[in-house]
Amino acid sequence: MAASSLATLRSKIESDLRGRVASPFAYRDRNAFELVSTGVPEMDALVGGLPRGAMTEICGAACSGRTSLLLSSLASRTAEGEACALVDARDSFDPLTGNAAGIALGKLLWVRCQNIEQALRATDLLIQAGGFGMVAVDLSDVPARTVRQVPLNAWFRFRRAVEDTPTILLLLEQEPHAKTCASLVVRLEAGEARWTQAAVSCYPFAKLLRGFSARGDVVRSRVQMQEQQVIDIRGTANSGCAPTRGADREMFQTETVWRSR
Amino acid sequence: MGFACVYIPDFLVQAVVRSQPSLGERALAPLAPLALISGAPPLWSVVAANAAAFEAGIQLGMTKAQVAQFGTVQICMRSEAQEQAAHAALLDVAWSVSPRVEDTALDTVVLDLEGLSALFGADENIARELARRVVAIGLAARVAVAANMEVAIHAARGFPGITIIPEGEERRLLGALPVGVLTTEAETLDVLERWGVATLQALAALPVLQLSERLGQEGVRLSELARGIRQRALVLAQASSIFAEELELDDAVEELEPLSFLLGRLLDQLCARLEARALAVRAVRVRFELQPSFEKDFQALQEELRRKPEVKQYEKVLTLPVPMRSAKTLLKLLRLQLQGDPPAAPIQKIYMTADAAAPRVAQNGLFVPCGPDPEKLEVTIARLGKLVGEGNLGCAELVDSHRPESFRMARFVVASDQNKRCGNGEPNVRENSGPRGVVTGLRVVRPAQAVRVELRDEQPVRIYLRGMRGEVIAASGPWRISGDWWQEDAWQQEEWDLAIAFPAARKEGEQKRGEGMHTGLYRIYYDALRQGWFVRGEYD
Repeated sequence: MAASSLATLRSKIESDLRGRVASPFAYRDRNAFELVSTGVPEMDALVGGLPRGAMTEICGAACSGRTSLLLSSLASRTAEGEACALVDARDSFDPLTGNAAGIALGKLLWVRCQNIEQALRATDLLIQAGGFGMVAVDLSDVPARTVRQVPLNAWFRFRRAVEDTPTILLLLEQEPHAKTCASLVVRLEAGEARWTQAAVSCYPFAKLLRGFSARGDVVRSRVQMQEQQVIDIRGTANSGCAPTRGADREMFQTETVWRSR
Repeated sequence: MGFACVYIPDFLVQAVVRSQPSLGERALAPLAPLALISGAPPLWSVVAANAAAFEAGIQLGMTKAQVAQFGTVQICMRSEAQEQAAHAALLDVAWSVSPRVEDTALDTVVLDLEGLSALFGADENIARELARRVVAIGLAARVAVAANMEVAIHAARGFPGITIIPEGEERRLLGALPVGVLTTEAETLDVLERWGVATLQALAALPVLQLSERLGQEGVRLSELARGIRQRALVLAQASSIFAEELELDDAVEELEPLSFLLGRLLDQLCARLEARALAVRAVRVRFELQPSFEKDFQALQEELRRKPEVKQYEKVLTLPVPMRSAKTLLKLLRLQLQGDPPAAPIQKIYMTADAAAPRVAQNGLFVPCGPDPEKLEVTIARLGKLVGEGNLGCAELVDSHRPESFRMARFVVASDQNKRCGNGEPNVRENSGPRGVVTGLRVVRPAQAVRVELRDEQPVRIYLRGMRGEVIAASGPWRISGDWWQEDAWQQEEWDLAIAFPAARKEGEQKRGEGMHTGLYRIYYDALRQGWFVRGEYD
């Protein structure tokens, strides 16, 4: 008798919440995410990939490789046919470099903002619209003290909005600010710049910037690494889960493309 | 069965009521009399009225002043534009059911039902479906189905609701109708009235020969119509591709909220018509007629009044990347457009047309990732455009030029072939095939920031950037580029890639390299035409 009334109550709650909560009594592991490649093998080895339906923070000082990592991630997603959005808080994205990195520019919605208020509002709208594989918010050039003033509930709102969606919310900042709202926080540090040998010994400036190295550290991760259980019948390289996480620190090299100049 | 006829009773009244739903609630109620007036002012007279108005004592030809004495009777102006729109909507409904349609009259259409039973079932189902679709466009119809086209027309005019006339029963069923349902001259009807012929049954009983002797061939025609044996061929109407709706306002609208309500009503009507024809909207054009402005001094106003006042117009075009049919979405987009650029004066007339296109077919592959919903995305883009400006939004499209920063913003479209095409349909200059390793990112400084550079042997050694002095520790350049020398906006630059060390305490967020120093990688250039140094960007 008690069991049947419990079942009745349960079905009533489920019917009342229909359309708002998919399965209210089902246990959902909030740390189990689908991971996708960043486009940088070293970073995939470090963090396992970028989690869908979660917020990821990439932080670091200027020239630490944040933009390079962003371009690789966007190129990886657009190559998979996903529509992506870039909220550019200071209008600093270079389409020429993006194209050289392999981004399908036709699949990238570029929102050129003038300040952080516009950027946060635009992010809100894009997440609510849904359907984007990745929404990247570039706050790299916004001073850390300005980003610090963003209310914590804004980050909570973003996290809640992307939850249970296939969207990757990627934040680029100087310092991590989203606190526990971010499922993955990676800090990047710059290594040495690499130059080619001077073509003419008497003129030391006749050389090219080959790139620089960057080092990544996992500051915080709630992402559970798991074995890939789905066989990828498409056979694409970047669609599945990245390899199991290795060391806590990885270094990657950037390559400057000169053909665009 | 052969033919269906859709007849709209009190068509003139219904056409006005259709564009004013608030009026419709009153007009369709049994005790809500409504009279339409027309003519040159001040000689307005009643040209149509609903049944309640006739019951209240309204007669055709009454002047406006006489009607105004009936306190409960609502007076409206007859609108030929709204009649045409209602008639076009009625034809759209007919075409949505059958491809063979006759445009019999403004209030009557006839459909050939041959071969439709496989699609709709029995004749009753077809009639019910027709009535339902007519209600969807804001009209109330009478529908009749018969094997004979003329029988269907007269049954629809004479019987309320849905009428099915079985084959062989035409004469018996039509007999009860008054001779007034016949389309003939008023003089002929007067003659029949003098003879005491009131119904079709009485008319059918008259001998044809004697009738032809007195009324001529018209008498024979009327007799055949009354007996339900008159045959004629269907005159097919050509489907129109123009979808237009018009609304003239008694009082000019100034604010966006009431205007949105009116626009929503017009969009609902347009979308219902398009849905009836299985089409979608590709673009919506809205033209507003604005109220003349009187914010002029008295002298100017006097001169203005001497000549005919010129009607100012304001037009908005809403072009959609994909055909859509959601009136709600279209209204949101129009609202956003009008919020960004509102008309300068109150609106007294709205004219809306829709460019029709085949609806979007969304058939994705099993492994194709789901993109944003095009309708939702369009609203989001409109909102973003309002937030950041139209020019600051879209997908970047590279231009085939060596000029730095050579790209243009194109419209962002989610489509299956957007990898090849974007924006205005021109192909991207460079097609992309996917990631190409980790490319060094460049963060562009927009607009280019002026800097002071100290040179030694024509090479930069020190730089003053954002109030700080930095030492150049590695450099690459100069890379000379120039172009467009034959145009006014020629450019000539010398680019340098620099590794610059800044004092640590004075620069936040720079890479730490050594004690007390931060370094950054920059691309700067010397503009030979402007004679100055600028920062193009920062490697990151």
